[in-house]
Amino acid sequence: MDPKTLRYAKSHEWAHLEGDICTVGLTKFAVDQLTDIIFIDLPNLEDLVAEGEGFGEIESVKAVSDLYSPITGDVVAINEKLETDPAIISGDPYDKGWLIKVKVEPGTTLDHLMTLEQYEKQIASEEH
Amino acid sequence: MALRTPLYDWHVSHGGRTVEFGGWDMPVQYGSIVEEHHVVRKAAGLFDIGHMGRLSFAGPDALALLQRIYTNNAETMKNGQVRYGLICNELGGIRDDVLVYRWPDTWSMVVNASNRDKIVNWIAQHAKGLAVNVKDETTTTCMIAVQGPQAMALCRALTDTDADRLAYYFATPAHYRGQNCIVSRTGYTGEDGIEIIASAEQGLELWEELIRRGAKPCGLGARDTLRLEAAMPLYGHELTEDLDPFQAGLSWAVKMDKGEFVGREALLRRRDDARLPRRVGLEILGRRAAREGSTVLVAGRPVGHVTSGTVTPTLNKPIAMAYMEPGHTASGTLCAVDVRGRMEEARVTPLPFYRRPKG
Repeated sequence: MDPKTLRYAKSHEWAHLEGDICTVGLTKFAVDQLTDIIFIDLPNLEDLVAEGEGFGEIESVKAVSDLYSPITGDVVAINEKLETDPAIISGDPYDKGWLIKVKVEPGTTLDHLMTLEQYEKQIASEEH
Repeated sequence: MALRTPLYDWHVSHGGRTVEFGGWDMPVQYGSIVEEHHVVRKAAGLFDIGHMGRLSFAGPDALALLQRIYTNNAETMKNGQVRYGLICNELGGIRDDVLVYRWPDTWSMVVNASNRDKIVNWIAQHAKGLAVNVKDETTTTCMIAVQGPQAMALCRALTDTDADRLAYYFATPAHYRGQNCIVSRTGYTGEDGIEIIASAEQGLELWEELIRRGAKPCGLGARDTLRLEAAMPLYGHELTEDLDPFQAGLSWAVKMDKGEFVGREALLRRRDDARLPRRVGLEILGRRAAREGSTVLVAGRPVGHVTSGTVTPTLNKPIAMAYMEPGHTASGTLCAVDVRGRMEEARVTPLPFYRRPKG
């Protein structure tokens, strides 16, 4: 996916909406900050995730971090490959490294999330 | 503001991510912690350990002072020998874990960065009335560790002394490019290697020469996973003022028969106290790592807590060290660890998790 077309949460998840299916992943910035990702804990199919609430964990050698959903809906797919090979997310966070797909209510938008430009401003301030 | 070693600018300009550790801005990693870890297990890693406190003791009562504050026996050390030991409070709790170095007329000590001020004050308190001159040389010197199976070969002819001839836990004065330094066959990774103490001014040229010789810079992140695999305790985690050396499994570093020392009376009582929790190793059977503070349970009842935990890069599974109540410390004991609200099965396992191959 093209990072320019994605929307971003403050907590470093990206979202891509196509019809009523929203794909959720973690940004390259976040993945690079974590380094040495060893385990990704994802929700079960049909679990309800809510905007701003935790849906899983990403663990690196150093520490564990929560994953927060940028959107509300039902989990319709999880990236099972990450459970056996978490390194996928480090190499390709915007395509092969996606986390979950969420079915959202009709009329849902990503307007509450940041554009790439806004997100880049946020990470520039985090780096200082 | 945090202190900086003479290598701080080098770390930052070479991608080192710095964190505050024990009052110092230190590099936690340059790239991948796992890669840095493997370099030390398979080749040679280079660590800036300038944050460690370096003290010197001179004067006729130097030995008497050390014997008073240190749990191990300094008197039986040979010239050039390095010995691990604890500094305890009157209740037998651990104030610090230290290395003592014996020289012909003087002594040195390396203490933890986070405890340096506390120990310097403690020593001053116990030096009253003694003819001893204690100097804190931390900021006028640097300290660099080269660790790994290739470390000794890589350091050949680095100084005017042959480090290869040093026995494990021995040190020698030497010269690096004409200036005084100390070469010590010690480390905190579970691998062979040396630690070098040189003047602060020589830090950068020594560091860069070691890189040219093939040592790869590693941060405190790898230092932590390496010491954890080797089951070496870390002050503030496995060692605190409330825990005694026997609980920590360090009875070998306490010489009760050497004479009086601070904490001895209390330690006599604590030594055989079967009610006190003890340090154990835990192997987590799932994939989620237990971290410091996680509660350990047996049959639903809390019986201990984790003091350090990670996923070991060598063994690729979660490991931890924990303090467990009596009755639950035997290897093979099955337990559960509360990892952020979810139980993970675990098993008490012998320490260390990793021992370097002989040869």
